[in-house]
Amino acid sequence: MSWLPVADIAAHVQAGKLTATALVEQALKTIEEKKEYSAIIATVADRARARAVHIDEAVKRGEKVGRLAGVPFIAKDNFLVFGAETTASSNMLKGFVAPYQATAVEKLEAEGAICVAKSNLDAFAHGTSTENSDFMTTKNPHDMTRVPGGSSGGSAAAVVLEMAPFALGTDTGGSIRHPANFVGCVGYKPTYGLVSRSGVVAMASSTDTIGALARSVDDTALVMDVMAGRDPLDSTTIERESEGYAQALDTDLTGKKVGVIREYMEGEGLDRGVKETITAAVEKLRQAGAEIVDISLPSLPLALAVYYIICPAEVSSNLSRHDGQRYQFGYAEAGDLYESYTKSRGIGFGKEAKRRIMIGTYVLSSGYYDAYYRKAQIVRTKLINEFNDAFANVDFLVGPVTPSPAFKIGENANDPLKMYLEDIMTVAVNLVGIPGVSIPAGTIDGLPVGLQIMAPQRADRALLGAAKAAEALL
Amino acid sequence: MTELTRDDVLKLARLARLDLADEEVEAFRKELSAILGYVAQLDDADATGLEPTTQVTGLKNVMREDEVVDYGVSREELLRLAPRTQDGHIKVNRMIA
Repeated sequence: MSWLPVADIAAHVQAGKLTATALVEQALKTIEEKKEYSAIIATVADRARARAVHIDEAVKRGEKVGRLAGVPFIAKDNFLVFGAETTASSNMLKGFVAPYQATAVEKLEAEGAICVAKSNLDAFAHGTSTENSDFMTTKNPHDMTRVPGGSSGGSAAAVVLEMAPFALGTDTGGSIRHPANFVGCVGYKPTYGLVSRSGVVAMASSTDTIGALARSVDDTALVMDVMAGRDPLDSTTIERESEGYAQALDTDLTGKKVGVIREYMEGEGLDRGVKETITAAVEKLRQAGAEIVDISLPSLPLALAVYYIICPAEVSSNLSRHDGQRYQFGYAEAGDLYESYTKSRGIGFGKEAKRRIMIGTYVLSSGYYDAYYRKAQIVRTKLINEFNDAFANVDFLVGPVTPSPAFKIGENANDPLKMYLEDIMTVAVNLVGIPGVSIPAGTIDGLPVGLQIMAPQRADRALLGAAKAAEALL
Repeated sequence: MTELTRDDVLKLARLARLDLADEEVEAFRKELSAILGYVAQLDDADATGLEPTTQVTGLKNVMREDEVVDYGVSREELLRLAPRTQDGHIKVNRMIA
């Protein structure tokens, strides 16, 4: 059975036509039936059922129950959620039960949404396939021999497998858009700071964002509308737009200027099928009234190098808190404190976390700081300037999300640099802090291909409108 | 091309407080060398007159009231998150030989 649109589910629950209890049971049943895809680490069944009863009773009493009343959702396992472990798919945090809950989850619950499960990811969100999970690899719903993308691969697969109407993800270098593109759902990464990061396991703090994955732009927009806004618990959060993100979006493309990014479309390594799919999508935007222009961002080919200096630097700093003394895993048999640190971290962290910690440590160490870290920060400025110049002339930028559709499980596993290259078309959005979305644009041999649309900083409302317009055309 | 030595890797591991297995040291030596080689393409980027970017929001000195907020979490509950505790404290190995 397929889910209704999120707004309709909530309306039916409020009207007494659907019960939250039945919705939660449907989600839990689907999760059980589709276990073989390894999208879910654990369910939050007891708490979800209790919350459903609470909502159903409120409806019976005639109370108002919120814009997401009874709507089940799945949180990536780097969100702290009451009633469940939060592992970030790492052995380091296995067994960790959070004493507080992420602001994003709090806001969704306040509108009546119900978290039913935690989804798989690359451990600490480091990766593009979920193969870096310390527990399991999620399978692509369209081909079980292929990856779902990552790092929010479990959330993306869960949405396509209809385990819940929507799922939460995090996007530090592409981790929402990348898997959405590989499995064929909508994946929205907002402007940096629009959604609070409080209660989400930190990866790279200057680019970490919280967003949603769903089957439609309308569902995505509603979830973003509930989560967006300032939070005293995250001092990097920004004010939301006064008109909100779900109502009366501007879906008229007439006269809108859309820039096609030359460096992505002409770059080497772009799959021919992907190029054709994106070109066809752009043509449909043109037919709908958009003015299509060619845009060059000369520093764009440097974005991945900037990202793989800044991200590991911030990762090495954020993961230093996992010292084997405070959270969950600790190696007790060590001799002194130094050995307890090194053994706990050596055993508790997986290969990719260690790799990023070491790169980060290298680029931040005295003697290399200026050549790597500071240089990357300066080229980041250059990228920001080029995007600002482009947005002075166009409303939106478009391009592919990845150079190719979903790859085979194991295909990139022994070559970390090749895995990093998967991020080549997504990281610039994070470094610049702008919003970006992946929407389904077609398939190649049964594998989904997404169109990436980007907008200026804080133009999330405009971007969601354009995405909705494009969704109707593709 | 940045080619790390085995000693470079061991030094980094020490700085990062990571105990590495022997086979990891050699694997990381090769992989980190390749990654650092890739990011070295920034060497040629012209950076004249540009300031480094440390954040993208433009926010400055975000303040809140300095007050105690009760989250309903007890000291005991927080201590239960740590691997080893004793008498209301987190227990660690000896620091001085």
